[in-house]
Amino acid sequence: MFTNRLPIAKLAGAVVALSAVIAAVMLSINWNGAEDSTAAPKIDDLLNIMIVVSSVIFAIVVVALAYALIAFRAKPGDESDGEPIHGNTRLEIAWTVIPTIIVLFAGGWSWKVLNEIEETNPRHLTVDVFSQQFAWSFAYPGKEYAYSQGVLHVPVNRQIVFKMHSQDVIHSFWVPQWRIKKDNVPGITTTAIVTPTKTGTYQLICTELCGFGHSTMRAKIIVQSESAFEKWVGGLKEKVPTPMMVSVKQDTETNPEPLERVEAE
Amino acid sequence: MVAAFTRPGWYRAVLCTVLAAAFGVGLVVLLRSISGLSAFQSEQAGYPQVVVPLILAPLGFLLGIGCFDYWLRWGFGLPTIPDDHSSHGAYSWKDYFKVNTDHKVIGVQYVVTSFIFFLIGGLLAMLIRAELAQPGTQIVGASTFNSLFSTHAVLMIFVFIIPMFAGMANYVLPLMIGAPDMAFPRLNALSYWMLPLAGIMFLASFLAPGGAFDAGWTGYAPLSTSAPLGQSFFNIGVQFAGFSSIFTALNFLVTIVTMRAPGMTFWRMPLLVWANLSTSLLVVAATPFISGAQFMVLLDRILHTNFFQFGAGGDVISYQHIFWFYSHPAVYIMILPGFGIISEVISVHARKPIFGYRLMALALIGIVVLSYSVWAHHMFVAGMFSWLRVPMMLTTLLIAVPTGIKIFSWLGTLYFGKIHTKSTAMLFALAMIVTFTIGGISGVMLGMVPFDIHVSDTYFIVAHIHFVLFGGSVFTIFAGLYHWFPKMTGRMYDERLGRIHFWGTLIGTWGTFIPMHWVGMDGMPRRVADYASQFGDWNLLISCFAFLLGAVQLIFVYNMIVSWRFGPKAPDNPWGGKSIEWLVSSPPSVFNFDEIPRVVGGPYEYGIPGARHAIMPGEGAEVPATQQTVVGS
Repeated sequence: MFTNRLPIAKLAGAVVALSAVIAAVMLSINWNGAEDSTAAPKIDDLLNIMIVVSSVIFAIVVVALAYALIAFRAKPGDESDGEPIHGNTRLEIAWTVIPTIIVLFAGGWSWKVLNEIEETNPRHLTVDVFSQQFAWSFAYPGKEYAYSQGVLHVPVNRQIVFKMHSQDVIHSFWVPQWRIKKDNVPGITTTAIVTPTKTGTYQLICTELCGFGHSTMRAKIIVQSESAFEKWVGGLKEKVPTPMMVSVKQDTETNPEPLERVEAE
Repeated sequence: MVAAFTRPGWYRAVLCTVLAAAFGVGLVVLLRSISGLSAFQSEQAGYPQVVVPLILAPLGFLLGIGCFDYWLRWGFGLPTIPDDHSSHGAYSWKDYFKVNTDHKVIGVQYVVTSFIFFLIGGLLAMLIRAELAQPGTQIVGASTFNSLFSTHAVLMIFVFIIPMFAGMANYVLPLMIGAPDMAFPRLNALSYWMLPLAGIMFLASFLAPGGAFDAGWTGYAPLSTSAPLGQSFFNIGVQFAGFSSIFTALNFLVTIVTMRAPGMTFWRMPLLVWANLSTSLLVVAATPFISGAQFMVLLDRILHTNFFQFGAGGDVISYQHIFWFYSHPAVYIMILPGFGIISEVISVHARKPIFGYRLMALALIGIVVLSYSVWAHHMFVAGMFSWLRVPMMLTTLLIAVPTGIKIFSWLGTLYFGKIHTKSTAMLFALAMIVTFTIGGISGVMLGMVPFDIHVSDTYFIVAHIHFVLFGGSVFTIFAGLYHWFPKMTGRMYDERLGRIHFWGTLIGTWGTFIPMHWVGMDGMPRRVADYASQFGDWNLLISCFAFLLGAVQLIFVYNMIVSWRFGPKAPDNPWGGKSIEWLVSSPPSVFNFDEIPRVVGGPYEYGIPGARHAIMPGEGAEVPATQQTVVGS
């Protein structure tokens, strides 16, 4: 058995030491920025678990490679061959089965987190998001839909269900501090769920290539107390009777009416 | 003079190209006039008077250069010579500019052509990094920027990585299996000649009104269906690149299945052959999907078929499903041949049999099977049917298992070997193991839906794809080019320059693509011409490393060109390999073998006294293994 001929304890020690160092450094850094929604800490925990697992895997590869290069380097002038070892069934089974368990564990945990962050609360607030090249607008529920352009107000500590509509091409709604992203797809309504946990001002970033103005397609988000939010919505002047979307037909030859209004679902 | 225009060749090619283009324009004008429309249509997405010639002119070129001559003669009942070898083999540099049916000439044509596109694509990357070095707009505007990164990706994917692997396998694979050529040499030539056409078409789109295609290499509808004319160049260029790929894959499949030398059972094939068998299985079944997707976009653009037009019965998300049904297997098309190369290089330079050979081959097949069931992991935030995310996540994570098997088996191969690092090929192979592991780890993280929701379409994705495509595929390409350079050219390259190139590439790759993970997680979206000033310092650093990475590639170019011309003569077997390509002369004779070799054992029988992989004609079975000359030690 050739495992007897390797300093297994030393190698394992090196793997533990290296993975501890990598994991310690990586865990000490806040990679994803501020955690300002209920989903954010859960997603970051998932990231941290993966950092630990990945540090071990990476350390195994690096230590294994480094030791091989130190111990099995050919001496100058040595043109002989290595030992004719064709494999080791136990080892091969181990590195098939163990990674399978690890990735299924990661998958199971992800599934759990996914269900948690997408669970709807009966006391949620629905906000419609409309995107177009290269601007965002938002409609708030009420007797009449209040409408704001370029700025989104939401209450803190209340679940918000965004119903997203696009008027032209695909855009994507991303707020890094909330860890939430969803494409706005023309022709269908997509949904994203978020519960902001901190008041403050954020930026909404478009993350799906939508044309020359893509990189500047931003909107301001203001998270405020529920009372301040109600007051702000009440004071909105611009109102639309119903969430609507405007679809622009490309072909003016066959459609003399360039603009057509389509009811969203 | 008339004779020059009737013989296959460049004169006739130019003539046929012009005639085909003129015919295309005439056809459009005629049909539009009959229908009572204006002769020319210059709507943003239309331009049939450009699109139709764009399809016909390359076909005219292929006809003129002589790709179809034999088949047409045969089809029209004209006399043909079945064993006509007049277009076989290269006797002067001019033969590389003709339709040639020799797999070795085609291999070199492929490698050189796709490397030229690599340099052009790299130049575009340098422009991208120059613009992104500082926040704000300095060098190019937002529209041009979108064209730059779209063209960069398309050149690198469709006319560099995929055909580069096809080219290397074209050269090496028939030699490895003991075949005198590919199964269909004329189809092979046709495959090659479609490649430069595709590349030129992608680049020519910069001349189109409205600029080059700028909807990304993914060309998502409806951005692509309403984009300016340049998008049609992409739609059509992909058809030529795609058909080239499919024909080559068919050729590899038939060659591998039917033309192996006597004694070469499936379990005696080198892993490079297994890798190309797996890749070809992916190409033949998946590539038609991207051809189809781009045809549908093209038809939406010029015939208003409304496949992807919302509000007219079309469905926007279906484009993404069709596109990724090809484009996810495509990432394995871009790495599996590289896996094969790494197996060859590591085994030879560690003087060891591949650890767990059968499991390595089965892992390739496992990746092929799984890779058809993971495509929607590109669409976790796309608004598709939400339940589909979970099974796609699980299959995506599981694909890490066969990939891990490859990594661990390469490491296992090194143990108790005699590792030689004198060859730059081995350095790239060893570096690829570590670099690709990082790309694999970030890939597993991206497969986890909640984390993917956060980093989807950010610089984290850019970091991941470049770690697997540059740190993975391109490293394997360099490993392969250095490894088989002596075989292809009959000359040795300069190892000192090779080492400088290796270290520069390694540092450049890590320096460029590691920080991209960080800015992505921290909030920088991808495909942006401008970004928040908080990312300015990191981007400047990334750009500096990118310029280093770009600059050291010039050392490689210099090394290859000068060594090809003036390098010391290469021995037949400079690395002491066992597989058949090392048992023939460097470069091999026109028909590879005077007589087909006999395969008597596995391909990696290092360290077993007297063990042989193949016996060349003229040798007896009992001849002991001869001491191979090894240079450079």
